Amino acid sequence: MTAAHRDPRLLLLVAAGGTVGTLLRWAASEVVPAAGAFPLATLAVNLAGSFVLGFLLEELLRRGAETPALRRWRLGLGTGVCGGLTTWSSFAVELERLLSGGSAGTALGYAAASLAGGLLAVAAGVALAARRAR
Amino acid sequence: MTVLLALCGGLGAACRFALDGAVRARWPSRFPWGILLVNALGSLLLGFLTGLVAGGADARWRLVLGVGFCGGFTTFSTAMTDTVRLVRERAWRLAAGNLVGTLATTVLAAACGYGIADLL
Repeated sequence: MTAAHRDPRLLLLVAAGGTVGTLLRWAASEVVPAAGAFPLATLAVNLAGSFVLGFLLEELLRRGAETPALRRWRLGLGTGVCGGLTTWSSFAVELERLLSGGSAGTALGYAAASLAGGLLAVAAGVALAARRAR
Repeated sequence: MTVLLALCGGLGAACRFALDGAVRARWPSRFPWGILLVNALGSLLLGFLTGLVAGGADARWRLVLGVGFCGGFTTFSTAMTDTVRLVRERAWRLAAGNLVGTLATTVLAAACGYGIADLL
């Protein structure tokens, strides 16, 4: 059996999901209002994507051993859409620009809100999936 | 331009999947080395593109390759779910290492990318 990451059909599925996620992230950057130097749009997509991925992975986990169909959900919606929607590179560059621009306080607040918020968002997604399973 | 940006994001996501899978196959580990590598490389490239545009290059490069490719390539959600998975396995040090290590490595990579563009 070909490894998943070398299967052309699965690569295409991830690419299709990533295209949708990227489009959503771009749309969010157009509609989320600027909050001074604080990168609110990136924070919003990162928290939303973390919540959805936490929910999805827990939901799939609770369905037992991974079947080819469940794997397509995980790769298309998780690796593709959630991965494309969220971004670490923008987060890192925004932090670096804030730090080099002398806004260490904003950088610290942004990093804390992203990391603590991201972990809480995953936990909330997991909890929602667990509750649905009861 | 938006279509090109979105397609580049798709390409980035497929590259992440392929690279992460290759790293996992080669060096199996509980620690998500593949995603750390992806996020560091993407931050380096986005820092470089940001530096180029700050230096007067066409902003469309940053839009298509930066927002599109780097955004699709790197991931915040997987880094967060991996950290929560390590916490649930009570692998506290690996969880903290993933969070702090990714943050430090990627901000440093972004600064390096920006600095390289500044030198050009």
